[in-house]
Amino acid sequence: MTGAQADADAGRPPAGTPAAAGPAPVVRRHRRTLARFIGRKVLITLGLLLGVTVVTFLLVQLVPGDPTTTNLSETAQKDPTIVAAFRAKWGLDKPLIVQYFTYLGNLVHGDLGVSQSTGDSVLSDLGKYVPATLELAIPAMLLSLVISVAVGLWAAVRKDRATDHGIRAGALLGLSTPSFWLAIVVLYVFFYLLGIAPNGGRLSAKYAPPTHITGLYTVDALLTGRPVVFWDAVWHLALPVLVLTCLTVSALIRFVRSAMLEVLDQDYIKAATAKGLPRRVVLRRHVLRAGLVQVVTVSGLAFASLLSGTVLIEQIYSWPGVGQYAYRAAVNLDLPAIMGVGLFVALVYTLVNLLVDVLYGVIDPRIRLS
Amino acid sequence: MTAPEPLLRIENLAVSLPAPGGQVPVIHRMDLQVTAGEIVGIAGESGSGKSLTALTLLNLLPPGARVTGSIRFAGRELLGMDERGWQQVRGSGIAMVFQDSSAALHPMLTIGTQLTEHMRTGLGLDSRAARERAVELLDQVRIPQARRVLKAYPHQFSGGMRQRIAIASALACRPRLLIADEPTTALDVTVQAGILSLLDELRTENDLAVLFITHDLGVLSSLTQRAYLFYAGRVMESGATTQVLTEPAHPYTAALLAARPHGLTSGRTLRAIPGVPVVPGQAPPGCPFEPRCAFAQPECRAAVPARVDIGGGRTLACVVAPELTEAVR
Amino acid sequence: MTETGTDAELRSPGQLSDPRAERALAPRRWLGLRKGRPGAEGAAPRRPLGVLTVAAMVILLGWVVLAIAAPAIAPYDPLVQSGPYYAPPSGAHWFGTDQLGRDILSRIIYGARLSLPLAVVIVALALAIGGGLGLIAGYIGRGVDEALMRLTDLVFAFPQIILAMAVSAAFGPSTRNAVLALVIVSWPIYARVVRSAVLSIRSSDFLSASRMLGVGPWQALRRDVLPNSVGPSVVLASLELGNAVLLLASLSFLGLGPRPPAPEWGAMIAAGSTDLSKWWVSILPGVAILSVVLAFNLLGDAVRDWLDPRSRRTR
Repeated sequence: MTGAQADADAGRPPAGTPAAAGPAPVVRRHRRTLARFIGRKVLITLGLLLGVTVVTFLLVQLVPGDPTTTNLSETAQKDPTIVAAFRAKWGLDKPLIVQYFTYLGNLVHGDLGVSQSTGDSVLSDLGKYVPATLELAIPAMLLSLVISVAVGLWAAVRKDRATDHGIRAGALLGLSTPSFWLAIVVLYVFFYLLGIAPNGGRLSAKYAPPTHITGLYTVDALLTGRPVVFWDAVWHLALPVLVLTCLTVSALIRFVRSAMLEVLDQDYIKAATAKGLPRRVVLRRHVLRAGLVQVVTVSGLAFASLLSGTVLIEQIYSWPGVGQYAYRAAVNLDLPAIMGVGLFVALVYTLVNLLVDVLYGVIDPRIRLS
Repeated sequence: MTAPEPLLRIENLAVSLPAPGGQVPVIHRMDLQVTAGEIVGIAGESGSGKSLTALTLLNLLPPGARVTGSIRFAGRELLGMDERGWQQVRGSGIAMVFQDSSAALHPMLTIGTQLTEHMRTGLGLDSRAARERAVELLDQVRIPQARRVLKAYPHQFSGGMRQRIAIASALACRPRLLIADEPTTALDVTVQAGILSLLDELRTENDLAVLFITHDLGVLSSLTQRAYLFYAGRVMESGATTQVLTEPAHPYTAALLAARPHGLTSGRTLRAIPGVPVVPGQAPPGCPFEPRCAFAQPECRAAVPARVDIGGGRTLACVVAPELTEAVR
Repeated sequence: MTETGTDAELRSPGQLSDPRAERALAPRRWLGLRKGRPGAEGAAPRRPLGVLTVAAMVILLGWVVLAIAAPAIAPYDPLVQSGPYYAPPSGAHWFGTDQLGRDILSRIIYGARLSLPLAVVIVALALAIGGGLGLIAGYIGRGVDEALMRLTDLVFAFPQIILAMAVSAAFGPSTRNAVLALVIVSWPIYARVVRSAVLSIRSSDFLSASRMLGVGPWQALRRDVLPNSVGPSVVLASLELGNAVLLLASLSFLGLGPRPPAPEWGAMIAAGSTDLSKWWVSILPGVAILSVVLAFNLLGDAVRDWLDPRSRRTR
C-alpha cells in the first residue's frame, strides 16, 4: 500500500499534487497483465500437449507384438517393400528416444499413421468425419449451456422447494443413465414405435448431400439454396442432439446449481438488493456475472462430456462422425486409428481447456492479477 | 413543545426465523426510534439480534422469516409492503453499509457501475449525470482520483478505501437513514477512526440519520448520541449514550463495562461475564440475562421484565434495578 | 426429506481446483465427525435416513443378493442356449432370449457378478494407488508434488472413455485389462482429493501445534494427516462407484471389456442394438445398469451428507 493510499484510508487528502500519486494507472495495468496471463497459459498448454504425445507414444509401444503386424493391413504386410518403408518411416530399428522424436516429427507433419481398416491416413479419415461430429456437438453444446444455466439458476433460486427437488432428481436420473442405452431407447420410442424420427443417418436416402463447403450439411444446404435438404438434415439431427443434450445437462445442472447457490449467499448480492435494485437486475447483472466463471468451467466440462458421448452415440445413429470412427476402430482393434483418434481428441480437449482458462482471466479481474 | 415525529419508529417488532424444528424467535417485542439527523447506536454481543434488526428494516431476511409489529419510516408503515414498495424504500429511503466491505462489493463489476447502477431508479438520473454524482460522492468520502477509481475494481483497494466506497454507494440515492452494521470491525484502529469521523461529518452535511450497530463500547461512546443495549433479541436499556455508559442502569451494561480490558493495572483480573450468550430458541423463562446476572432475584425468572421509562429519556428492562456504581469500577 | 443428487463427472482443466474434489473436503477429525459446541449453530444433528437413501440401500442389497445367489436364483444357465433365438418375453423366459437363444434374465442376474465386484475392485485399486500417491505428494511437497500434479493433468487431458479405450485396445481386450484401463483412468481424482486434504491439514494450526510438541513427522502423518484424508476419500469413492459401473459397461459395449460369452450388461446392450424390433435384448440390461448406478449415486450422496454436513448449505 502506498503512502497515498494510507492517507486516503485515514481520510486525509493526498499529500502533494494530484495525478502522480494515488491508485496506480489501473487501465493500462489490465492490458499488460492480461497479455502476460494468456502467455503463461499458452506455455503450459504446449507442455501439456507434448505430454499427451508422449502418453500416446508410450501406449503404442506397449502393444505386444511387432508394430508392422498391428499397423499394416494384411495385404500390405505381405509386401516387403511396404514393410521396409514402414520400418524406415517410424524408425523402428532405432532406440526408443529416436523413435519418439520420429513420431513427433511425423505428427507435426500431420501424419498420425494409417488406419488398418480404411487404408487411408488417419488424418484424412478424421478430416472426413470431424464435420459430422461438429454438426452434432455445436447445437448440443449451445443447448446444454443455455438449458443448464437457466435451470440450474432456477433450482438455486427455488432452493429446497418442490421445483428444486424435481430438477435434482431429474439430473440424478440422467447421470445414472448409460449414454448408449438412452440413445437406443430414444430411437426405439421415436422411430420404431412412433415413427416420427428417422432411423439414423444424416440425410434421407432420397437426397444427395449438399456440395461440400463446410462439411456441415445444414449450413451447406442453406448456402447452396436447398431448404428442403436443410430441413431433412435438421430432422436427422434431432434425436442424437436430444440425447447428447439430456446427458450433458444432467451432468452440468448440479454444478451450476451449487455455483449459483454460493453466489446467492454472498453479501454483495444482499448489498445489491439493499440498494433498491429490482430482483431481475440483481439476478442478471450480479448473480450471473459472478457465476459466469463457473459457467465457463461448465462449458469446458460440457465439451468433455460431449466428446465422450459422441463415441458411444454416433454408432447407434449411424452418424459418420469421429465417434463412429473411434467405435469401429475399437471394435476392429485398429490400433493406429485408435491412437490417432485418442491423440486428436486429447489435443482438442487441451486447447478447449486453454480457451476456458483464458476466459477466466478475462471475466474475473482478480484471477488475472494473481 | 412536542418532540419531532421520529424518522424511524419501531414498535413491538418480533422476528422469527425458519429452522428445522419450526420457527425460532430471534427478536422479541422490540421498540426503537431514531429522529432525523440523529446518530443512534445499537450495541450488544454477537447473536443478540443487532444485525437481524438491520436486515428486517430492509426486508432482507431469509425466506420463511416471520415479522410482526410495526415499522414506521417517514410516516409510512413498512411491514406489509409489497416488493415494489420495498424497492422504493431501499437505497433512497433507508440504506445500509455492511461489515465486510470486500464481501459487499461485487468483485467483477467496476466501482463506477456499482456506484451508479441504482441511481437510475433511485434518483432518475441518466448515465452521465450518474457518473458526475458518483465522482461527487467519492469526493465526499475523501477518495482521491475519483475518475480513475470509477474504472477500477474493488480488489485493487485496501479495506478502508473499500469501506468508504461502500459508504458512498449507500449514500448515492440520498437516503434519510443509513444503517451501518459494524462497518469498522474488520479494519485497523487508525483506519477505523477515519471512517467514524467520516460518518459523523456525512451525517451533518446530508441531514442523515445513522443507526450504528457495534459490539465495541468505545466506538459507541465516541460516535453515538443515543444508544440501545441489546441482549437475546431484546432491548435491555436505552438512553443518551454518555449517561448509559457512565451511569448504567442495567446489570448487563454494567457487566459489559466491567469486562473491558481498558484501564486495567497489573494484578487485576479480567472480569468476563460468566455463562454463555443465549441460543435463539433456548431462552430461559423470565429475564434472558438472569442466568448470568450478579443481581438476579427469584422474581427475575417469573416473567420477562417490561421496558419502563425511568426518566431523562432513558428506559430500562429490569425488575431489580440495582445500584450499579460500585459494580462498574 | 433426504437430499438427492450427485455431483457431476467433474474433470477440470490443469491449474484449477477440481470442484468435485472441493466438495469432498473440509478439515475434520476421524471420518469427518465435526464436534460442535452443544447447541451451537453448525453442529448437525444426525438426521434419520431419508426415504431415498433407504430405497437405494434396498436396491443395492437386492443386487448383492442376486449376485451371490445367482446359481440358485437364475432360471437358466446364462452361457447356454435355453430357448429359441430372439424369443420375446414370455412365461418361460421373463425377459426373453438373445441372439443365441440364451435367457436374458439369467444373463442379467449373472451380470451382477461381473459389474458389482469389478466396480468395487476398480475403485479400491484407484483409491489405493491414487490416494497413496496423493498422500505422499501432499506430505513431501515441492518436486514430488509438482510431478504428481503434472501427471494428473496429463491423464485429465484425455476424456475418460477415450483413454480407457486406447489402453484397453493396446493391451488387448479382457476383463483384467478393462480393470487396468479403468484404474489408470480414475486414479488421478483420488490423488487430487487426498493431496488437497493433506495440504489443508499441513497448513492448519493444529498440525503445527503437534509438531511443536515434538511429534515426529511419521507420527504426525499417521495421527493427524491420515484421519483427515479418510473422510473425503470415502465420499469420493462412494460417488465413483456408479461411474465405474458406467465406464465398465461402456467399455464392454465397445467390445473392449470382458470377452464374450461373459454376460456383461454393456455387451448385451451392444448385441441387441442392431435389431430394434427385439427391444428386450438391449433395453432390459440397460434398466439393470440404471438401477445399480442410481443406487450407488444416491448412496454416495447420503455418505457425503453424513460425513460433510457443512456442504449442505450450498447443495
